[in-house]
Amino acid sequence: MISAPLDARAEHLLRELAPQVLGAVVRRFRDFASAEDAVQEALLAAAVQWPEEGVPDNPRAWLIQVASRRMTDYVRSDMARRRRETAAALETDQLAPAVDVADETDQDDTLILLFMCCHPALTSSSAIALTLRAVGGLTTAEIANAFLVPEATMAQRISRAKHSIKASGEPFRLPTAQERSERLRAVLHVLYLIFNEGYTSSAGPHLQRLELSHEAIRLTRAVRSLLPGDGEVAGLLALMLLTDARRAARTGPDGELIPLTQQDRTLWDRKAISEGIALLTATLSKGSIGAYQLQAAIAAVHDESARAEDTDWPQILVLYELLKRMSDNPMVMLNHAIATAMVRGPSAGLELLNALDADGRLAGHHRLDAVRAHLLEMAGEHQAAIAHYRTAANRTTSLPERNYLMTQAARLRESTTSPALGVKGTDQ
Amino acid sequence: MKYILMMHCPRTGYDTFGAWPKKDIQTHIAFQKDLDKSLRESAELVSAEGLASPHQAKLVCAGKDGTPITDGVFPESKEFLAGYWIVEVASPERAYAIAARASAAPGPGGTPINIPIEVRQVMSGPPDELL
Repeated sequence: MISAPLDARAEHLLRELAPQVLGAVVRRFRDFASAEDAVQEALLAAAVQWPEEGVPDNPRAWLIQVASRRMTDYVRSDMARRRRETAAALETDQLAPAVDVADETDQDDTLILLFMCCHPALTSSSAIALTLRAVGGLTTAEIANAFLVPEATMAQRISRAKHSIKASGEPFRLPTAQERSERLRAVLHVLYLIFNEGYTSSAGPHLQRLELSHEAIRLTRAVRSLLPGDGEVAGLLALMLLTDARRAARTGPDGELIPLTQQDRTLWDRKAISEGIALLTATLSKGSIGAYQLQAAIAAVHDESARAEDTDWPQILVLYELLKRMSDNPMVMLNHAIATAMVRGPSAGLELLNALDADGRLAGHHRLDAVRAHLLEMAGEHQAAIAHYRTAANRTTSLPERNYLMTQAARLRESTTSPALGVKGTDQ
Repeated sequence: MKYILMMHCPRTGYDTFGAWPKKDIQTHIAFQKDLDKSLRESAELVSAEGLASPHQAKLVCAGKDGTPITDGVFPESKEFLAGYWIVEVASPERAYAIAARASAAPGPGGTPINIPIEVRQVMSGPPDELL
């Protein structure tokens, strides 16, 4: 059936309502996996019917009613199947389950749903898919499109994820106080991955992935409104805003990557930067400090510099030193080496890279070669820099990044080779 | 991460396959269908295709004016792509495991053919933030 698409406001409303409706249906039927399917069907029904019939007076109740009707259908067909199979007695109480008291309150179940969708039993790719569908209200087709896999594959991934949650026996409630901070960390990590997927992949031909960053920001805003006192939630939201603010400057007209130092900073989104900085300032003033807040603070230092050469690298170096103390992440060590090079010179940075070689966790990782190439170029060791740019280009699995690294190597080769000697292009 | 698993065989591979006993051909087809089904169930399949016999294969180059120049003459030793799978998996090891399973497809008498499968990563990773 072809119908007019939903207007942006109605679509936004549907997305907002999706987790509330799902929460209500799960409370009523106590079956997360089926309820999630039923709500997805209700959302699809709304997308078809609302443009023709208008948005109902109480859209939330409309969606709950349609989803509940689907649930009753499932229960009926399930019972019929079971009757055929086992001639089991009618379980009439399942047909008209008692209405949970909490069901009728306006309580927001978004948080409980997020904890479920980011369950530790799931792989991150499953948690991402399920979060986008159950909490984000995206359709399976939209999620499949964003991750460039067939819809059937994405549907299967979501269905397996729900099966794992069911098998884990997780009750539909908030995690206990003891497990809460760890579970929240898992939720924030999934939101961070969704953001990154959208942000880092928006270069080149995959513009549809842009939506993922916006969705991650929207969901993190929702978590922030539910947990306004949590420093890391605020930190993550600030990090997303401060990073996403640079999006327009990050790629050129043909989708080519533009490094931070060469971006046209007038293209940066001032509104997002102000919001991110205000959020971060308020959080840091409370004295709490966490990894997302530190990363947001680093992004803020970049965003506050009108020109690349004005960047307060000593400040960034201090922040990376704090971050390094907090996490044993080799990527943090790598970025710390860059900041060190910017403050104390390239050889100090290169020395830290040698320590990373010994560490071994980044062995063969293109990013280590790319950073080494950059620092070698800074140090004037152009032949070695060219070699490392090319190694990095051969190791990356990102096409726009490979193009960038190959171009860097070629640029340096041509600028260091004297054209008069006619040896241009011998480095094949 | 996405990988392409490519199965190559000499041109004669297609003819040899056709000369297997019916039962063995059926077992082989059932195996391929099973593999396909399990990759769908594990939510890892991106796409898979089998390619038609290379007897009509052509090498095409552009001529001076851009018109196609076709050549169907291949050296005897040439290996042809017989089919491929593109999978999205959590690790390279998983891609190798799928390739090994595909490699062990049953041949005459049900014996695994252990055909080599070339495994290559697809350039689909995200770029880093560049300084």
